[in-house]
Amino acid sequence: MPREFTPKVVTANALLEGDVVYQTADDRWSRHLSEAELISDEALAKLRLAQAEGQPELVVGPYLADAKPSDNGPQPTHFREEFRRTGPSNYDHGKQAEVN
Amino acid sequence: MYSYSEFDAAFVAERNRQFRAQVERRIAGNLTEDEFKPLRLMNGLYLQLHAYMLRVAIPYGTLNSRQMRQLAHIAETWDKGYGHFTTRQNIQFNWPELRDVPEILDALAEVEMHAIQTSGNTIRNVTADHFAGAAEDEIADPRPVAELLRQWSTDHPEFQFLPRKFKIAVTGSPNDRAVIKAHDIGIQIVERDGEIGYRVLVGGGLGRTPMIGKVLSDFVSQEDLLPYIEATVSVWNLLGRRDNKYKSRIKITVHEHGIDDIRARVQERFEIIRPAFSGIDVALFEDIKTAFAPPVFRQDGTEVFETTYKTDPIFRSWADTNLVAHKAPGYSIVQISLKAHGATPGDATADQMRVMADLAEFNGHDELRISHEQNVILPHVHKSHLPTLHAILKKHGLATANIGLISDIIACPGMDYCALATARSIPIAQQIATRFDELKLEHDIGELKIKISGCINACGHHHVGHIGILGLDRAGVENYQITLGGDHTETAAIGDRTGPGFSADEIIPAVERIVETYLDQRQDRDETFLQFYRRVGMAPFKTALYEQDKAYAAE
Repeated sequence: MPREFTPKVVTANALLEGDVVYQTADDRWSRHLSEAELISDEALAKLRLAQAEGQPELVVGPYLADAKPSDNGPQPTHFREEFRRTGPSNYDHGKQAEVN
Repeated sequence: MYSYSEFDAAFVAERNRQFRAQVERRIAGNLTEDEFKPLRLMNGLYLQLHAYMLRVAIPYGTLNSRQMRQLAHIAETWDKGYGHFTTRQNIQFNWPELRDVPEILDALAEVEMHAIQTSGNTIRNVTADHFAGAAEDEIADPRPVAELLRQWSTDHPEFQFLPRKFKIAVTGSPNDRAVIKAHDIGIQIVERDGEIGYRVLVGGGLGRTPMIGKVLSDFVSQEDLLPYIEATVSVWNLLGRRDNKYKSRIKITVHEHGIDDIRARVQERFEIIRPAFSGIDVALFEDIKTAFAPPVFRQDGTEVFETTYKTDPIFRSWADTNLVAHKAPGYSIVQISLKAHGATPGDATADQMRVMADLAEFNGHDELRISHEQNVILPHVHKSHLPTLHAILKKHGLATANIGLISDIIACPGMDYCALATARSIPIAQQIATRFDELKLEHDIGELKIKISGCINACGHHHVGHIGILGLDRAGVENYQITLGGDHTETAAIGDRTGPGFSADEIIPAVERIVETYLDQRQDRDETFLQFYRRVGMAPFKTALYEQDKAYAAE
């Protein structure tokens, strides 16, 4: 039986800096997960991912990551995405730590 | 110290020029990521979790002060002010930006360094005993062999698309400090009837199928070494599984075919290719050996050292733990710990790199080494310099007296940096080190090697740790499996799994229970953790880890 679709964000790494970035609803790439577009429709998620894959001059390796809604926008549901959002835990110098 | 020839310098410059053009084409949109990825990996450039990562080779772990200062310059100019020394004697920069990488590679070339073949399915950085040229137990310096292999393997046309990556380590001593039994090929310098030759092991490796290397040949002569190694890699290049990434390493080939079959095939291939080696390699080897001639050792007195040792307990503690006997009278090998309690194992700041470079230049015959245990070595320091040297190290946070102790932990970057990792390693290492520093137990515990990997690929060598810790993702939660009894030395062994893993909150108390079990039940202070484990086995540790909890729960 196919698994039920769960909400997703489109995420990737920025080509020039390697920073973790998220696709926004107005077609920007943001360093903040809170600004990401949370997609609840599977067909739309596939379309948005395809659009991201069409921007190799901006990003590398886009994929769909699970997320859940919150008052502060999308939140990670898995610890890997939490670390991608916040930066490494041994130094307070991840790019996300700088911009948050 | 090997110096680049005109050919070496021109080769690296040309590669850098090519890569600069490739980066420009990628940024301009004239190369897709699929086209660019293999090109960047050929130059050691990965894309990790938060940023690009550049892996730079430190051949056989040997550096001079100029090279170390250049690494500091790179860390400060194009990174975040630090570098990470790895278990394969590389340094990794965790935050370079893509457009800066050509500049970094040019800066490396200025000091005869590069990042070629630090990634990809090729022969990787050839590693060696970090005490090479200084160790009391050494039969011969392993670095000329490693340099010969480096020159032979760099851009070798037959070996650029191997079934998987290929790692070679060389030791010149019977005491293995280069982990040769966990490498694709391990080479041990041996002496037979007065002749220096090589014992060749094959098929060791860690990862998802850990194996200890098997003896391929007990004795290969100096003249035959290069064709014999070429024959070995060549046999695997043909036989190695390309259909399944997880069965592609030579350890699986050796396992599936059997060592006798592999030995026969290598011998057959060797006899075919041997005539093609006309002796130029032997002449080159002799030239390389002269580049590694030992420095002229001084004959000064050591009274300052003796007096300080008697009167300064902090110096004495550091000397007892971090110094190793040197082959020259009056000299010591100094191990600089990059494992200050609570720090990230293997990291050094640009300032610390400069301090170590200064010390090497003024007190260490201008030589530094990187150990596979992620520490820095000054291989030749006269004892009269040690008190001053220790004071300088102390001032810069580099005098932690913990080499070989419970806080001298190997830890891979784990999920804090690595795109492949399934859990974090660094925070676990930091917490263990901090906890046992608080308990003030680590000198009482004595030699105990903890090694931590953040995934099954085992970059943190957990299989061969006395206590090994493997971080995994269990249903979306970090979980840590423990192995006991691993050993990376000449008595190498793969550790045994204790049982179910522990959560991030449970793993430090679990390690504490293991250590308490050892302290409570060891025969005396001279019985090391590994000796104790080999005597008593897993049972008391299982009880401490699992049964005690059940007993408490039942109460």
